Amino acid sequence: MTGGTGPQGHGQFHRIAEAHRRPVVIRIDGEPVTALVGDTLLTALLIHGRRVRSSEFGDGARAGFCVMGACQDCWVTTAEGERLRACTTFVRDGLAIVTAGAAEAP
Amino acid sequence: MTGPRVVIVGAGPAGTRAAEVLVRHSLRPVVIDEAPRSGGQIYRRPPEAAGFTRPAAALYGFEAAKARRLHATFDGLLSQIDYRPEALVWNIADRTAYLWRAGRAEAVSFDALVLATGAMDRVIPLPGWTRPGVFTLGGAQVALKHQGCVIGRRAAFLGTGPLLYLVAAQYARAGAEVAAVLDTAPPEAGRRAVPQLLNAAGTFGKGLFYLAELWARRIPVETGVRPLAVLGGEDTVTGLRYRTAIGAEREIACDAVGLGYGLKPESQLADLVGCAFRFDRVTRQWLPETDAEGRAVGVPGVYLAGDGAAIAGADSAELAGERAALALLADFGRPWPALRGREIARRMERLARFRAGLEAAFPFPAEIAQAIPNSTILCRCESVTAGELRRAAREFGATEINRAKAFSRVGMGRCQGRICGPAAAEILAATLGADIESVGRLRGQPPVKPLPAGALAAAPAAGTERT
Repeated sequence: MTGGTGPQGHGQFHRIAEAHRRPVVIRIDGEPVTALVGDTLLTALLIHGRRVRSSEFGDGARAGFCVMGACQDCWVTTAEGERLRACTTFVRDGLAIVTAGAAEAP
Repeated sequence: MTGPRVVIVGAGPAGTRAAEVLVRHSLRPVVIDEAPRSGGQIYRRPPEAAGFTRPAAALYGFEAAKARRLHATFDGLLSQIDYRPEALVWNIADRTAYLWRAGRAEAVSFDALVLATGAMDRVIPLPGWTRPGVFTLGGAQVALKHQGCVIGRRAAFLGTGPLLYLVAAQYARAGAEVAAVLDTAPPEAGRRAVPQLLNAAGTFGKGLFYLAELWARRIPVETGVRPLAVLGGEDTVTGLRYRTAIGAEREIACDAVGLGYGLKPESQLADLVGCAFRFDRVTRQWLPETDAEGRAVGVPGVYLAGDGAAIAGADSAELAGERAALALLADFGRPWPALRGREIARRMERLARFRAGLEAAFPFPAEIAQAIPNSTILCRCESVTAGELRRAAREFGATEINRAKAFSRVGMGRCQGRICGPAAAEILAATLGADIESVGRLRGQPPVKPLPAGALAAAPAAGTERT
């Protein structure tokens, strides 16, 4: 796999192109994570890890599904309590996401 | 400004060509699109000004020239249209489109409406499909095209339809490991469809090229399979279990699955404006009804174009967008080129014959949907199992899909049944021993997609604050 930044190899998604973009630092559950400008939040979360949220019905982890804003499986919460659909939101410096706990409807 | 006020929803192949025709005839349409850049899903562009460098040939393969032309057309229209990207049309009522855009509510009134809303994957749930690592085929493609990412180190692709082979070939070509391509279509179906497929010989040829490419790379391609389960742990996929055409059970190792059984129209807005729907027995889908030129049946001034009306592919969508715009011009007493209308009809007729061939080659495997195990999650929004839907049918006598939704919560979640709807209808009909058409279709309702809390309170009332 070509480079990119941040921890590579443990996530669900892997970069195979377009890895030479400006780094953007976001926080996932308080931990700083380096994404690239132009990444969606879903990409950033799944390059870094394997889950986006827990199902509110207790049936396990979820990580999005349609990647095009239709299935509504990838809504996450910011540290400020704002709800974002990860696959249609681009990362920006300082964005802080909380994946644990709250997974209520937007 | 003179002339009808036109709203176009969608900036993919159909929406772009509709806008182009209207601009050429001195109208200035409002073009509303959810994406930040035009192109739709098929010709989706990487984010702007972010340092993405892959050329069109790498992104769109054989279709690079078409993608470039469509993008150039749209970019050339920018000063002549009222373009509202990153905007969700969440409701349409009383000739007004209600938008949510950049954290603000907007309302746009119109005299004529062109719905070019596109399509998404049609899904059949299987045990384990909610695990992280399972994505739609379209989603797998978006990750690659729009983000330069693959959905896993070793992905398997499962389902049926041309997208199955296209995405697998695109992944392989991009350097990803493809574990297998597993097609539920019976092997003889493709051979029988060849005469129809020759109606678009070039496209057929490209399909064969993709297949040859998969073979050349020694990627296992199996037809006639029956999917059994996605295997894995709490947040990992480790494999896929399936039955081969001759009945042998197999497992392949993979860490991601791309899943899809053809496409389905995004027809929620057509529903809200009051379009009539008809059941298409070939694709086993309810489709908004139009006349031969794309006019919505029962709703004057509303036009449908592209895969949002009926799945026919991107080439047909470009023609349909143009055709809908011509019908609109004619209806509003504007001069329009009748000769071009006949040429479009002729070309679309040929593409429709090709499409019939695709449907024959890659039939929707209704029997697989009907046999989803009771314990399998059917509705991933509300975590409702297939068994709970069957129980709603048997014990509460739900004979129609919206009744079954009320009893079981299937289709009641955030996606409004976009994902589970097709399989839910098959299960309900099979449980009742009824014809699929008789169980009806899940109704669209506003907002067609979730809005942030407080957005509805901020929405301008009909008749006020119109822009």
